[in-house]
Amino acid sequence: MATNNPPLLEVRNLRVEFPTRRGTLIAVDNVSFEISPGEVLGVVGESGAGKSLTGNAIIGLLEPPGRIAAGEIRLEGRRIDTLPYEEMRKVRGARIGAIFQDPLTSLNPLYSVGRQLVETIQTHKQLSATAARARALELLKEVGIPGAEHRIDHYPHQFSGGMRQRVVIALALCADPRLIVADEPTTALDVSIQAQIIALLKRLCREHKTAVMLVTHDMGVIAETADRVAVMYAGRIAEIGPVRDVIKHAQHPYTKGLMGSIPHLGERGERLTQIDGSMPRLTEIPRGCAFNPRCTFRGERCLVDRPELMAAGASRAACWLHDARGVGAPVAKEPANA
Amino acid sequence: MLAFILRRLVQSVAVLLVVGLVSFFLFRYVGDPINGMVGQDTPASEREALKQKLGLNDPAPVQFLHFIGNAAQGWFGLSYRTSEPVNRMILERLPATLELSLCAALFALLIGLPMGVYTGLYPRHWSSRALQAVSLLGVSLPTFVIGILLILVFSVMLRWLPSFGRGETVNIGWWSTGFLRWKGIEALIMPAITLGLFQLTLIMRLVRSEMLEVMRTDYIKFARARGLTNRAINFGHALKNTLVPVITITGLQLGSIIAFSVVTETVFAWPGVGQLFIQSVQFVDIPVMAAYLMLIGLLFVLINLAVDLLYFAVDPRLRGGGLARSGGH
Repeated sequence: MATNNPPLLEVRNLRVEFPTRRGTLIAVDNVSFEISPGEVLGVVGESGAGKSLTGNAIIGLLEPPGRIAAGEIRLEGRRIDTLPYEEMRKVRGARIGAIFQDPLTSLNPLYSVGRQLVETIQTHKQLSATAARARALELLKEVGIPGAEHRIDHYPHQFSGGMRQRVVIALALCADPRLIVADEPTTALDVSIQAQIIALLKRLCREHKTAVMLVTHDMGVIAETADRVAVMYAGRIAEIGPVRDVIKHAQHPYTKGLMGSIPHLGERGERLTQIDGSMPRLTEIPRGCAFNPRCTFRGERCLVDRPELMAAGASRAACWLHDARGVGAPVAKEPANA
Repeated sequence: MLAFILRRLVQSVAVLLVVGLVSFFLFRYVGDPINGMVGQDTPASEREALKQKLGLNDPAPVQFLHFIGNAAQGWFGLSYRTSEPVNRMILERLPATLELSLCAALFALLIGLPMGVYTGLYPRHWSSRALQAVSLLGVSLPTFVIGILLILVFSVMLRWLPSFGRGETVNIGWWSTGFLRWKGIEALIMPAITLGLFQLTLIMRLVRSEMLEVMRTDYIKFARARGLTNRAINFGHALKNTLVPVITITGLQLGSIIAFSVVTETVFAWPGVGQLFIQSVQFVDIPVMAAYLMLIGLLFVLINLAVDLLYFAVDPRLRGGGLARSGGH
């Protein structure tokens, strides 16, 4: 990780809200992180932890009524969260590419993949139809579509899931973006194809020096791919740090629980641990640390004060255990079936 | 693709044979046609001779084959009412109905489609809500009420438009058209609106709900993430994906426009096939009724065939060979 470079993406105190009839839901709260040029940042967490919303906020495609209520997002130093729609449209695809979960539904079924590529290329680059098609063909070859010369005129339904995700990656790379937000790019694919797609994404981004924000709930994918990882819980970052440190020396009790729940090959008789309870609903986030009802280390302070990220080993964690004053007098964990 | 067309053609012929069977049973079971043709004091021997001459003594299957054979050549016999050949009576009145239906369909499509797109793209805008509310009226008001209201306002009160007939027509060969004279066009306006209003609101509501559906799909979200312009997304990607159901419904509606022109033609005394049908029903003029039935059946079959072919043009997933090649890694 190159810490000396100015960050490519800078997210400061991001807060995403959903106004509802029963009050405002805070789905992403006070999230800050940076991504350096060419870096792969993994974002993990359970469903509803706010990781996809963070990704959508960055590409400016939060679905209404969701909105950015506070904080700022800067790309290459330029603030992008306040850009008008048309300005942001020119950033999307050109500076930030996106890949979504389901390759089967990300492509328009009525147009050939070539047409969709050419259309995207011509939206962002001044190229003639022939030049754009040549570039489309090049991209298809680059993402490893066999027989790209005639596959270019095929329609999405004529491709398998893995091949379609390759086309989606080609579409995201069309205009050489500096950052790709990949939201669960392999979840919908067969396990054997997942590894291929991750390897491809990794290779292409290294070659193009593209940074990636990889949103997933698969710790294995993160371990394989990411330089750094951010663990999200109930709309906040619980821990963020170099991937090796977070996996080997988790600093936040939630991350520890998460790592303990992953089986390791070759370790016989190993017991998997589980985290009792479940993530609170957005309407019922407890006072103090959001994780406190499920935490075995909690103290009185955790019930009252909300911890922000603080230095913890090589990473940063939002946990009072790493504060000089500690957690205070221990409090027993809530029973699992309360 | 060719195989598909052939299969559809065979199916179409089967459908027409069934319609023919229904028309044929009209002859056999809706009263005795001889009674309508002869006087009350005609001797039984003469009646028998007439029956023999008309082929009514043959076994039913033979009569049916005769009927189908004649129908295939466009011959439906003589009208019981006017003793004119039925095919000539229908041909004379067909242009009036087809011109009216065409105008009604164009009116419905050219206004309903943009309105549907607009209300689908901006569902929360007040004008969309207003259109949506007004369209409920269009769906729920019966055709004849709309027609009579239009006549009341524009013919009786304002005296702008004629309340009945085709105005002036010009004959081009056997086809009489109202398009070439201002009076003919004037006369078309109200009947076309009356006939097309229901279809307009139906198309608008259909396009709206399809647009709403499509705008939520992943490929629209991905198109936005690719930075495509709103115009490319709304019209290039979203609208095209709404077209398959819209074509289906529009095709079916075109058929019903022609068939339901019966009511509109009655309200506006429009000299079309529908009016002829109503007159024939009143006189139990079975050959005309049978021919009308066959004509409507034929039109529906043709429209459905056209709709099926349009699917191929719009949706590549239906074109042959695609599935065979899919699944390759």
